Amino acid sequence: MPAATATASAATDAPGPVTPIVEFSKDQDLSAYKTMLTIRRFEEKAGQLYGMGLIGGFCHLYIGQEAVVVGMQMALKDGDQVITGYRDHGHMIACGMEAKGVMAELTGRTHGYSKGKGGSMHMFSKEKGFFGGHGIVGAQVPLGTGLAFANRYRGNDNVSVAYFGDGAANQGQVYESFNMAELWKLPVIYVIENNRYAMGTSSTRSSAETNLSRRGVSFKIPGEQVDGMDVRAVKAAGDKAVAWCRAGKGPYILEMLTYRYRGHSMSDPAKYRTREEVDKVRTTHDPIDMVRHRIVEKKFASEDELKKIDGSVRDYINDAAEFATHDPEPDVSELYTDIYR
Amino acid sequence: MPEITYRDAVIRGIAQEMARDNDVVFLGEDVAKAGGVFKATVGLYEQFGPLRVRDTPISEQAILGAAMGAAMTGLKPIAEIMFSDFFAVCFDYIANEFPKSRYMSNGQTKCPLVVRTGNGAGSRFGAQHSQSVENWCMMIPGLKVVAPSSPVDVIGLLAAAVRDPDPVIFLEHKSLYATKGEVPDGEIVDRLGTAKIVRPGRDATILALALMVPRAVEAAERLKAEHGIDCEVIDVRSLVPLDTQTILASVAKTHRLFTVEENPRLCGWGAEIVSIVADEAFYDLDGPPVRITTPHIPLPAADILEDMVLPTAERIVETVRRSLQS
Ligand SMILES: Cc1ncc(C[n+]2csc(CCOP(=O)(O)OP(=O)(O)O)c2C)c(N)n1
Ligand SMILES: [Mg+2]
Repeated sequence: MPAATATASAATDAPGPVTPIVEFSKDQDLSAYKTMLTIRRFEEKAGQLYGMGLIGGFCHLYIGQEAVVVGMQMALKDGDQVITGYRDHGHMIACGMEAKGVMAELTGRTHGYSKGKGGSMHMFSKEKGFFGGHGIVGAQVPLGTGLAFANRYRGNDNVSVAYFGDGAANQGQVYESFNMAELWKLPVIYVIENNRYAMGTSSTRSSAETNLSRRGVSFKIPGEQVDGMDVRAVKAAGDKAVAWCRAGKGPYILEMLTYRYRGHSMSDPAKYRTREEVDKVRTTHDPIDMVRHRIVEKKFASEDELKKIDGSVRDYINDAAEFATHDPEPDVSELYTDIYR
Repeated sequence: MPEITYRDAVIRGIAQEMARDNDVVFLGEDVAKAGGVFKATVGLYEQFGPLRVRDTPISEQAILGAAMGAAMTGLKPIAEIMFSDFFAVCFDYIANEFPKSRYMSNGQTKCPLVVRTGNGAGSRFGAQHSQSVENWCMMIPGLKVVAPSSPVDVIGLLAAAVRDPDPVIFLEHKSLYATKGEVPDGEIVDRLGTAKIVRPGRDATILALALMVPRAVEAAERLKAEHGIDCEVIDVRSLVPLDTQTILASVAKTHRLFTVEENPRLCGWGAEIVSIVADEAFYDLDGPPVRITTPHIPLPAADILEDMVLPTAERIVETVRRSLQS
């Protein structure tokens, strides 16, 4: 089973529940393909602009992990909320935020989502249900729990999704949140994006229990491992978790077995793993290739139609880059806005 | 004398102390195999092995708590917190545990550890990875706080910190890692609680710390060349203990005081020093002390904005000139 390529050590643990994959309709496959491709092209462009010196500071690319956020987003509805860490560009695009505004934030310009003051790691769109964009590893986990608290308090049936990494799973506040969320039956889905590395440290070197879906066991939170490279598997598991939360049964943990192709951030040469390891995932289990093959195989679209989609995605991203490199730099007066009311 | 980088000085300082004393152990995130995110610990793992140089999970509370637990038994841990902003994640140990252990235990449990961290701005890292937190640390009785500005001081003060019987917060400046300076061969050990006059002068005293030191020196050179104003620049180096003697002696000579601080304005270390000078040397002053600081704002990510808020040589020159010529 392909998920095994994404984690070696999980195989040694007792298998947890696996939600069966549900085939996508034509519309679902095409829409997933387009959004994942948009994220990938966005990230590639951001990498280029970084290389040209047009983006500074940190820039954590999401390439390789696209199926996670796209599949999860397909399981959500209006009013649901999403929160994550600093590897956030993909989440924002999946939430429906404009590539222009995200890219302009990366280049530190006036029409970036945070007027250039936030940077790559810090953007928000309440309108789209995206609550950031946080730089302190693990900090978003209690915050996501609080979003769920508010939903429960208001008595609506919305859920929140708190994304965090395999490395972040070793932060103490994660477990304080788990306990509180289960105790109060809060509708929060903890999505652990296990891309096997936290900066230069592989999860096997940082975690005593590498099956992270089991991290909720002592809090009675159900969890499962998901092939995070297969957008259908993500969507199916997401649907199950969402239903659990909406039914008032409390939190749910989904460990997405995934992989980041690029370094931790732009300055990381990623010497802690081999080229072959990266290539193997890219060539055999790439989330976008897999959807593309399926689309062709099932004749959901012809090569020509796919090329058309590719072209429109490319144009959309090029426009965003064009915008982000020509938008004016923020005015000095912005230094003093939005600190207090 | 050979020149080395500030980054290599960190490596050399840690190695010097680990080679000397088997009780010194070193732990932090990505410090061992990866050699540190700022490459300031490269080679230590290879030199001292996996028992003494340890990669940790991303668990700052456990890092500092375990360091203190070990220190209570007499080990001398050096713990790295990757960015000083993350002090907030493990502040309990910094504020409640390290500084109070000796006091609360009738002197039985000491806390001879060092917390090294990357402090300060200049890399476009934004509001949660750029802060200057020296004032967070300085306000806690029981902690010592140092912040070197040059490679030689990195080694000397790090050695002094490791050998000190109390907890020391060691603030390395991220924007200084690539800078170079002369460092003599052989063992280097400095003293905590000592400031350094890096440029003598007669007309005004400028106090600075870390990244602000080279900027203050550049400003002083320009003030001399362009305006005939001769400034004495003092690298404060150690906030706790503070070398008030050197500072007061300088003010007694120049009669004017300026501080250059990277921390946000409220409760910056300069405010404390101005208060001390007002208490002890008010009549030595020929004019009001002036603080040059980052405004009291979170730090922006955009390069153009970040460059605008940190004190620059330009701003120091203008402030000193206007103040002295008015
Ligand atoms: C509290 C805290 N500690 C350390 C860091 C530095 N840091 C940033 S990202 C990272 C690795 C996180 O890895 P993981 O959670 O697996 O997420 P990934 O980067 O793989 O998406 C570390 C150590 C931080 N930002 N905050
Ligand atoms: Mg990871």
